[in-house]
Amino acid sequence: MDLYEYQGKDLFRRVGIPVSEGRLATTPEEARQAAEELGGPVVVKAQVLTGGRGKAGGVKLASDPADAEAKARDILGLDINGHVVRTLWIEQASDIEREYYLSVTFDRGAKKPLFMFTTQGGVEIEQVAEESPDALVRLHVDPLEGFQPWVARRLVYGGGVEDPSEQKQIAAIVGQLYRAFVEFDAMLCEINPLIVTPDGEVKALDSKFTVDDSGLFRHPDVAEWRDPTAADPIETFAREKHVTYVKLDGDVGVLANGAGLGMSTVDVVAHAGGRPANFCDLGGGGSAEGVVDALEVITRDEQVRSIFFNIFGGITRCDEVARGILAALDRLDMSKYPIVVRLDGTNAEEGRQILAEAGRENIHPEATMLDGARRAVELAGTA
Amino acid sequence: MAIILDNDTRLVVAGLTGSEGRFHGLRNRAYGTNLVAGVTPGKGGQDVEGVPIFDTVAEAVDGAGANTSLIFVPARFAVDAIYEAVDAGIDTVICITEHIPAHDMLRAYRYFRGQGTTMIGPNCPGVLSPGKANAGIIPAEIFSEGGVGLVSRSGTLTYQIGHELTQLGLGNSTIVGIGGDPVVGSSFVDVIEKFEADEQTELIVLVGEIGGDEEEKAAAYVAEHVTKPVLAYIAGFSAPPGKTMGHAGAIISGSSGTAQGKKEALEARGIEVGTTPTEVAQMVASRLK
Repeated sequence: MDLYEYQGKDLFRRVGIPVSEGRLATTPEEARQAAEELGGPVVVKAQVLTGGRGKAGGVKLASDPADAEAKARDILGLDINGHVVRTLWIEQASDIEREYYLSVTFDRGAKKPLFMFTTQGGVEIEQVAEESPDALVRLHVDPLEGFQPWVARRLVYGGGVEDPSEQKQIAAIVGQLYRAFVEFDAMLCEINPLIVTPDGEVKALDSKFTVDDSGLFRHPDVAEWRDPTAADPIETFAREKHVTYVKLDGDVGVLANGAGLGMSTVDVVAHAGGRPANFCDLGGGGSAEGVVDALEVITRDEQVRSIFFNIFGGITRCDEVARGILAALDRLDMSKYPIVVRLDGTNAEEGRQILAEAGRENIHPEATMLDGARRAVELAGTA
Repeated sequence: MAIILDNDTRLVVAGLTGSEGRFHGLRNRAYGTNLVAGVTPGKGGQDVEGVPIFDTVAEAVDGAGANTSLIFVPARFAVDAIYEAVDAGIDTVICITEHIPAHDMLRAYRYFRGQGTTMIGPNCPGVLSPGKANAGIIPAEIFSEGGVGLVSRSGTLTYQIGHELTQLGLGNSTIVGIGGDPVVGSSFVDVIEKFEADEQTELIVLVGEIGGDEEEKAAAYVAEHVTKPVLAYIAGFSAPPGKTMGHAGAIISGSSGTAQGKKEALEARGIEVGTTPTEVAQMVASRLK
């Protein structure tokens, strides 16, 4: 789960990392009030779960409350990479002397947390890694050893920070960031930029924070921050129905059991010359009710012209899936969709028989995954 | 011979008294697996269809000679079950449970690797050595005994490829589902190393998917250390960047971890990559004829 800047900063604040004071606003009037409360110049920042918001005009400096209201009016409703701005973070403006970069990520390759630090902050870290790799200090932490102060020293001295006060402040932030990373089950904690003000104060001017979904049960307050409006509406509906669904941009609706088979089915539909409309994993259980829910999710996408069910029963029983398909035909308006069904594995024979006996016109049985994909592609073209 | 599971396997199921553990544990026994014990704290002394239940794994090792642990307990208790099995001296731990927090696995990984335990999973379908033993949820009836070693990050996709092989009259030495999480106990490289050393295995099939760099590492390892033929399949060519596709590990960030990148890395090391599961099975058949 990705957090908004203001949410990440909330967690930063909890572990002691210095951040600027700010307020949330969802209307221009609230932005004006926030600026009044904060006093002095403020920065009006779009809260979106995507990068490049500065370039898109989503971050603006405002000299006074009236200006903050005007800037908020400009930014609210802006579409940044498909994310519509609904929330603003109004924050006291900071003078910037220098911009650094600090992050800790979950390095699955090395199976250790990885710190990265550079004094060339404020730009895309990929760019620094490519153009001046020597300026980027990388350091793994052994998760059993945990954070030790030498880790911070290696980063600070290795990165070439010379001012003793800066060294001390950054070293403290490194330790605090590691604490946030472990305590909140993070996959990524990034501060870019980590700024030094003309007064020599170091603080986090931005935050990128990703929390492991599987760890959310330990952080109910963070779990509640999930913003259902941030995702695609069909994906949000799918989440409510406990269906794993990712929208793609085609016309063949795909439904499989298991993530791997689901991905493979999407690929095989594309291989057969079609355009998959989605990825959808029925999950391991595959109850009839689950099948109805999944079909309801898939058919919310108006681009869908045909549906391909690709089921390999293990835990999932094909007879149960067949009953689910028939139940969905009874309860949802499915008449305009040709449904290609391929069943194999546990109780496949029973499943095929159930569908055959029902004698529905829009159900097209196929024996193999490849033939099923071809048929569904063909039917999407003629439906 | 086969790998990980064979006729010497003595299985203990953590969570045998729960509905999933009971269903699959007994199914594994019906297949012929030597299921010697179950572990559920507080239920020691009971039995499940004649299989004795112990309060702790240590008692199952002492009392029933268990050497392999299959874990079915819920996510928030699963890491504890992994540590318990490792500390009880179990040789092989297979964890089916999904949604274990990644940080918990990170610490556990550093621990059990140091103890020399073979760990498979979590979030995996388990291991099957056809004709010998089955531990997990793989439907054994679609596989037959033979010379193809199959290692995969996915469950149902593995069944699909196994089914295609069976249709062509080909069998398997062992099928290993390594799991779809960011941190799993055994990598492709760990399992391929075992297949290379296994007499029964004639050819190795690697079934990968988007995310991470384990397929790329496997490609490099195969080029250096493996004499047996290796074929591959990769799922997720149509996956959009930045989206998770069901498996927690299956997310592409930036340019690395894409299906195309993995295919190229494998092919650069001389490993053929099939476009569909059907094609992979046909490639295996033509190599083994």
